[in-house]
Amino acid sequence: MKRTTWIWAGGALAAGCVAAAAWMLQPSIAAVAPPSPAEFEPAAIARGARVVAQGDCMVCHTAKGGEPYAGGLALRTPFGTIYTTNITPDAATGIGGWSLAAFTRALRHGVARDGHLLYPAFPYIHYTRMSTADIGDAYAYLMTRAPVAARAPDNELIFPLGFRPLLAGWNLLYLRPGPESDDAAQSVEWNRGRYLVDGAGHCASCHSTLDPIGGERSPAFSGGNIDGWDAPALTALLHAPKPWTREQLALYLRHGWSPDHGAAAGPMSPVAHSLSQAPAEDAEAMATYLMSLQAPAAPAATPAPPAGPQTAQVMQGQTLFNGACASCHGAAAPMMAAGGRPPLSLSGAVAGASPDNLIQTMLNGIPWTHPQPSTFMPAFAASLNDAQIASIAAYLRADAGRRPAWTGLEKRVADLRKENQP
Amino acid sequence: MNTLTVNGVRHTLDLDPSTPLLYALRNQLELNGAKFGCGLGQCGACTVLLDDQPVFGCLTPMAACEGRSVRTIEGLGNAEHPGPMQASFIKHQAAQCGYCIAGMVMRAQALLEQNPQPNQAQIRAHMEPNLCRCGTHMRIIAAISEVALSRQVKPRSKP
Repeated sequence: MKRTTWIWAGGALAAGCVAAAAWMLQPSIAAVAPPSPAEFEPAAIARGARVVAQGDCMVCHTAKGGEPYAGGLALRTPFGTIYTTNITPDAATGIGGWSLAAFTRALRHGVARDGHLLYPAFPYIHYTRMSTADIGDAYAYLMTRAPVAARAPDNELIFPLGFRPLLAGWNLLYLRPGPESDDAAQSVEWNRGRYLVDGAGHCASCHSTLDPIGGERSPAFSGGNIDGWDAPALTALLHAPKPWTREQLALYLRHGWSPDHGAAAGPMSPVAHSLSQAPAEDAEAMATYLMSLQAPAAPAATPAPPAGPQTAQVMQGQTLFNGACASCHGAAAPMMAAGGRPPLSLSGAVAGASPDNLIQTMLNGIPWTHPQPSTFMPAFAASLNDAQIASIAAYLRADAGRRPAWTGLEKRVADLRKENQP
Repeated sequence: MNTLTVNGVRHTLDLDPSTPLLYALRNQLELNGAKFGCGLGQCGACTVLLDDQPVFGCLTPMAACEGRSVRTIEGLGNAEHPGPMQASFIKHQAAQCGYCIAGMVMRAQALLEQNPQPNQAQIRAHMEPNLCRCGTHMRIIAAISEVALSRQVKPRSKP
């Protein structure tokens, strides 16, 4: 990030800090004895499971290979590394001592039980939209999980962000507490979709560009970048090689895959897996709302231009593709003949404005992350070097994508490889 | 013409540069340790080391190997003088049908060269891409663990 940006960020934080002095100190809410699971109605726990799936809570609050909800996952942000917290009902290291009032305040206002302000990596600016009933059900579900004693490592943040009261200034700028009222002009399903997308689903956290102090820019859903992956704009779904439909989007959100677009990869894979645990009507409502946000489709597609010039890089890419990729992705491959697999010409990773998702998919593959059947692709980070990955990307862009060439590919591969290092 | 360096020996071959490394190893160089399993990078029977990293030989084109160094199970030892990893697999009788074993040994070798003292979780996570249909995983893990404890595999310095 540029130096001026940091100066700007520092200035804004300082100003916000003064303005928000009165907000900076929040009272502690007394610890309670961890409630017994018997105190919660089974129906509330079951509803809570659905809310927690909508909110993808487990995705961030579980370390790689760690116990569910026990936290400890490192979130790398431009401001340093934040470790997610333990949200199992362990009294000493989790939220076992949190009353429903404390839990609600955390979701609505970003304040921990003891009064310290939480970092906005925890998307309370979205969770604040959740209904009181849903928050209560999520509490019932989380408080009935197995308690795990696990303390997250200390955050590693740039000065002066370790001083949490500064967040009060940030909250003045970005937090609008409380649920939104329904839009009477829209259908029940649309309103439900907006509630899930803007609230628990917190889609804009990744799919919006962030300003220099980590606030979501308006308009929302114009596309962002997370962990070195592009989170595509959610307002240009009609510009895909095959325009998205509500049905395809609903399928993708729950299955991590669309026969006309490709597979969810990177940070979207766990989101789709989480939504698969909620009923189909939730993904359908989200799709209904998201499809209402679309910019008009591009004018009727002009006939695809011929494949780009056969540069040396493109030809090298074709050679490598034939040896490394074609046994699955080639037109005659048994996997393609089996049906349901989109050709790479329809892939958002090939058609996108940036090569990041194509490069990342080649470097990392699409790993198995859970026991259910899912998309899989092996990683090529060890077998192909930066120039080789770059040449395959150039070949696919020209041949399958028929889109203008990306520039600076080899450097981008090197940069993303570095960013992927733990 | 392609040049291919395998187990320290440089070969010159006349192959389509898209040819998978595995085919060159087995057909041209007659190094038949690495096996063809799925041809899709999903089983690991073809695992060899490319610049000390485990890769699927079936999905690694010859064109990707130019100027790089390949190691196969034949480079670790032979029946008379097995390397430490091979000896431990034999001692633990980790092979049943044996089809996956060359790939297992090479992936395990790469782990210990990078991390000489892995814990059980690290061994399991590292070996995950390689499948064994006979189900000898527990013996495979025991064999790797014993080599790790004996520290017989020397770490390789990072390039």
